[in-house]
Amino acid sequence: MHGRPRKAPTEEEQEASVVKGAKLRSIQAKFFQFHHTNTYTKEALEVNAKLLEMNPEFITGWNYRKLAVQYHLEAAQSDEDSIKSILDEELKVVESALMTNFKSYGAWHHRKWVLNMGHSSTDRELFLLKKFQKLDARNFHAWNYRRFVTALKNIPDEEELQYTTDMIYENFSNYSAWHNRSVLLSRLLKEEVEGYYPKEKVLTEEFEFVRNALFTDPDDQSGWFYHLWLLDQTVKLEHLLVSSWPPNGSNVNVSDYCALSPSLSSISRTLPLILCFSEAVGGINSSTVSVVCESNMDSNLTWTPISVDKSGFARTWLTYLTFSSEPMHPSRNYLVKVSIANSEGIISSAGFCCSNPSHMAFTVCLPSSNTEFDEGPDIERIDWSEENFSSNQLHSENLGLINSFNELTISGGNKKTYETNAKIIADEIAYCRELLSEMDCKIGKLTLARLLLAYDALSSASRGVQDQNMFQYKEILELYHDLMKLDPPHFQYYKDQYSLVFLKQELANEESLLKYCYQYRDSTSLSNNSLCLCLRGLSLSQIGCIEQLLWVQMLDLSNNGIRSIEGLESLQLLCCLNLSNNKICSFSALEPLRLLKSLKVLDISHNEIGAHPIDTRRYLCASPLSHASDWKREEFVVSGPEMTIYWDAFSIFSGLNLRQLSVTGNPIADKKFKLFLCKLLPAMKWLDDEKLR
Amino acid sequence: MGELAVEKHVKFILTIEKEKDSFESVVMEHIRLNGAYWALTTLDILGKLNTVDQDEVISWMMQCQHESGGFGGNIGHDPHLLYTLSAIQVLALFDKIDALDIDKVSNYIAGLQNNDGSFSGDMWGEIDTRFSCVAILSLALLKRLDKINVEKAVNYIVSCKNLDGGFGCTPGAESHAGQIFCCVAALAVTGSLHHVDKDLLGWWLCERQVKSGGLNGRPEKLPDVCYSWWVLSSLIMIDRVHWIDKEKLIKFILDCQDKENGGISDRPEDAVDVFHTYFGVAGLSLLEYPGLKAIDPAYALPVDVVNRIFFGR
Repeated sequence: MHGRPRKAPTEEEQEASVVKGAKLRSIQAKFFQFHHTNTYTKEALEVNAKLLEMNPEFITGWNYRKLAVQYHLEAAQSDEDSIKSILDEELKVVESALMTNFKSYGAWHHRKWVLNMGHSSTDRELFLLKKFQKLDARNFHAWNYRRFVTALKNIPDEEELQYTTDMIYENFSNYSAWHNRSVLLSRLLKEEVEGYYPKEKVLTEEFEFVRNALFTDPDDQSGWFYHLWLLDQTVKLEHLLVSSWPPNGSNVNVSDYCALSPSLSSISRTLPLILCFSEAVGGINSSTVSVVCESNMDSNLTWTPISVDKSGFARTWLTYLTFSSEPMHPSRNYLVKVSIANSEGIISSAGFCCSNPSHMAFTVCLPSSNTEFDEGPDIERIDWSEENFSSNQLHSENLGLINSFNELTISGGNKKTYETNAKIIADEIAYCRELLSEMDCKIGKLTLARLLLAYDALSSASRGVQDQNMFQYKEILELYHDLMKLDPPHFQYYKDQYSLVFLKQELANEESLLKYCYQYRDSTSLSNNSLCLCLRGLSLSQIGCIEQLLWVQMLDLSNNGIRSIEGLESLQLLCCLNLSNNKICSFSALEPLRLLKSLKVLDISHNEIGAHPIDTRRYLCASPLSHASDWKREEFVVSGPEMTIYWDAFSIFSGLNLRQLSVTGNPIADKKFKLFLCKLLPAMKWLDDEKLR
Repeated sequence: MGELAVEKHVKFILTIEKEKDSFESVVMEHIRLNGAYWALTTLDILGKLNTVDQDEVISWMMQCQHESGGFGGNIGHDPHLLYTLSAIQVLALFDKIDALDIDKVSNYIAGLQNNDGSFSGDMWGEIDTRFSCVAILSLALLKRLDKINVEKAVNYIVSCKNLDGGFGCTPGAESHAGQIFCCVAALAVTGSLHHVDKDLLGWWLCERQVKSGGLNGRPEKLPDVCYSWWVLSSLIMIDRVHWIDKEKLIKFILDCQDKENGGISDRPEDAVDVFHTYFGVAGLSLLEYPGLKAIDPAYALPVDVVNRIFFGR
């Protein structure tokens, strides 16, 4: 099937092929006669062996051999010599089949089956494997079989590690050997086997080892993939609390945010509390996180992971603080302290515990009486035109809330680890630069960009402040720019990374962030905070830095190249979102919005919904296709036949309470679809530019 | 850019159905049921499923079923999960899944799950994540996923996840595009894609695109049209397909056509076969090549067939 040249066969060749085919057919027919009559004579076995030699992929042939072996072993009882002779014959048949096709699954499995009987020499197997490795060092069947045999022989991981070292020295381009090395090494590190501790020492040695490969043949990918794994091991330390809303050290007026609570009775004393971690964690609850307030506050908190999947792990966690309804001094600010001290219960999705206590605090200003929040009778339509936004009247209270930069407090021992690992990365950066000075290597440049980002993450964490090095970002952006030109097929990959780093740069500090903050014209449609983060027209293809954006209530991402809004679900305060003129290809891409319960205004006009027959997010959102149990089957079925076409729109919008929605400019947004939307969203006041009812 | 020679490929497929006596054909007799699935799905994508005799196909196929409930690759061959899935897929194409004794087939499949959640291909115990995929897709199409321990099945697949983000056939085995497709499809269908590091795997997968525009199956290997399916569908399921150059890949697939005699080969100028014809056409469908029916990246069946099963008529 593979690698045969395209040539019209001559008449002679055709004839010969038919003759050969007839011969194979005849052997097959004979074989089936024996198989279906359970005949295991010497003659029968020979026919079978001939068949497997001609066609090692003939699965039923291998099944038959196992039946024959079982039959003959029963006859042999415990006569060790007979047993050995029977099984040796099997190994010969396998070897002969492998000579025809050394990638035959059936042949390799039969060999394993024989070995598992425990009567065959494992040393001989290792010898055979060496032979196969010489023929093809990338044969994954042989590598799998090797792992099987070494497990049978209880060969220690250190010895096998040495084998990978030998194979790599023979040929640096042996991805299979590098892969095996990574498996063995992670086991040795995890079990803290003697000689493989501390981790930093091992990583330093491995970096040196892989450097040989990279400098010898920088265009071969194998070493670089291994290098990426080492980098990952060096950077991935414990998960940390990276930001929150309200931010550490801020002061919040509770009545400004009560509209955001899910409670229908609009208690004016409820405040969302959002915690954002460096990676997805589980186990956030009232026993692992303590929230204490001077004033009366219900301390029995329910924490929800903000995630589109049902794994129970999320980067962002949400709870609601409810303050007692007793009259309080309106002029006093009450302190709320949040502590993550008992962090053994908090685990990352990889299973690691956090040993890093975090503390933060903010103050709240409570209303003097139980004022009911009233949305007001005449809420205006939000108009996203540029003239409605101004940047010169930002209220000072607003600025305090933009500052979501937390000071990470890392205790002594861990701080040393960050510093040590940052030093390892700094050395790798130097070596990488050296290599790149000699040649233009695509994957070397990519690695340098990743190293610089990693160094930035490690060094700022260890210093305890978000002290971003702006020069570093500039260099990283230049590298991605170069890569877009050097490696055009992967242009979009580099563009996505570029967008992320660009955002990091622009949101790095308060000064830079303020450039993008605008005031929406004063209106009754929003609470006091009509502050908008305006990231329109920046050629962004991806969103990131969500930990810096937890405070955002109004967000303009229009006129970019955004395809995916992964991460946006963390912006739990979001009320108004503009995604017009982007590259959203389906409603399923809007899945994160389902978790934004405060969302009232959404503009997805002028995207590509309905233009693509292939939905790339079909399995990344809840639907009958992904057999997620919370798919509202009953509602869906009852609502009518158009549901089959609009199932994803149904899924996204039915849980939201939108007041204003724009869908025009998407191929799917015809009259029929708009009628469907009106039916689905009875509380909606504006659809496109039309006022409803 | 060249064009897809639809009529030639249809003719090629209908011809090989008849030409069964060459050595190349006889040596594939044991996987004929897979061959039927590749041929018929290709025809459906090209809008020509009606050119075959549905009853003839189904009647032959049902004869491949073993008394255990599983299907063999051809009449008289031993049953195996691989052919059982193909049988179910072919019946799905014809909207005739009810021709099966669904409980019998699903019991056969469920009976092959092991204690650690893995699946054996048949009673002889070969374990491979390919079989996890096949079992899960089969039971999902039959709406009998509850017959297996889905959580354990998912955990086993996750245990085969490698440090480069990819998946192998067993724990510790090297990442390979075919295995990756199998694991990602199984995780997709069980709503478990959160176990996949989409950025890490997405990058590993997009690096399969080589200079010629074709895709290989693992680093430093040659490109092959069948990887246009395994790699491409995986990228689509994790929404990272924009990280490859789609136009270049389309051109590579079209260059692998035999425009005179029909059929698609693994590489330009190589011999064609139904396997690569299917993967080439399916790949083009995923790339939204005009005039082709959309194919579902997990079930590898046309989207309208999948929607018919899960969303009703």
